[in-house]
Amino acid sequence: MTIAAATAEPDDPYRIGHGRGGYGDSEATGHGAGGPAPRRIVTAYGFWIFLLSDIIMFSAFFASYAVLAGQTAGGPGGRDLFDLRNVAIETGCLLASSFACGVASVAAEGREPIWFYAAMAVTFLLGAAFIGLEVHEFAGLAARGYGPQRSAFLTAFFTLVGCHGLHVSAGLLWLLTMMAQVFAKGFRADILRRFTCFSLFWHALDIIWVALFTVVYLLGAGA
Amino acid sequence: MSEAAEDRPAGGERRFSDRAPGEPPREGAGFARGIRSYLIGLGLAVGLTVASFYFAASGLVWGPALPMALIVLAIAQMGVHLAFFLHITTGPDSTNNVLALAFGVLIVFLVIAGSLWIMANLNHNMPPMRQGMSMPR
Repeated sequence: MTIAAATAEPDDPYRIGHGRGGYGDSEATGHGAGGPAPRRIVTAYGFWIFLLSDIIMFSAFFASYAVLAGQTAGGPGGRDLFDLRNVAIETGCLLASSFACGVASVAAEGREPIWFYAAMAVTFLLGAAFIGLEVHEFAGLAARGYGPQRSAFLTAFFTLVGCHGLHVSAGLLWLLTMMAQVFAKGFRADILRRFTCFSLFWHALDIIWVALFTVVYLLGAGA
Repeated sequence: MSEAAEDRPAGGERRFSDRAPGEPPREGAGFARGIRSYLIGLGLAVGLTVASFYFAASGLVWGPALPMALIVLAIAQMGVHLAFFLHITTGPDSTNNVLALAFGVLIVFLVIAGSLWIMANLNHNMPPMRQGMSMPR
């Protein structure tokens, strides 16, 4: 076998079943020769695992909501309570906020502070509007006597939606922290790693909201 | 056998390194190019969201099929978010991210489907309650 044949380009880009040679610095972890992956990748991957575990926690809340959705104890059901116009505005806010966060990560990648701050400010305002609308909805329900103690359905509803709201609130605080850190320390490598984690978090919250408005609001009010 | 860096393209760019979740593809730089995937994702997500709300509000979809239609739209939108906002791809540099995601989806499916299945069975096996008798909560 010639050297040219032995080192030819493999057809399988995943290189399944091929041992890695000593390439030096370019290998993933677990293959021995390459050494650890860059910190940027390790950090983001670790945070990705955390996000998936967070989603699994949400799935338990979703499961309890789905089980308890019919247990209204003579009280109102979703059809009587949910205002789909409000939910549509909330959905628009969160989706636009997720997009603005994407713009901020492109700006951070290109080290453009003005765009970064502007996009982060828009992200914050839209997220805050979302939280405001949700608090308004919760307060309205509680004022009419339909708080979480009214029925098992409402308990599950407040737990699930409130847990998402708490995540968004924590994300807003984190967002302000990231703006302050970029302002004080610039686009340093460690700051950018933190910002990557933040943007992952923010996009993941939007994914959870997609499941939430479908399962809780649309299926609860319409179907 | 030579173990030198034949696998590397001429530019010296690392070929087989992993990609972090959320990291956009490394194809060119610049604001316009970077923002393109987010714009596509936003367009698709808005379309799917509007479709969800429209179907729920109007009688366009046959009533009994509505829940399935809404769930399909939601799963499609989650896929759009994963692909265009979180940049989870099927490429060789994203294998670790996809495998972690697949495991997460498996657990989510087990928790939700398992809970619904078990509780439906329990409800089925409960003796019917008399009117006025309330279940302890």
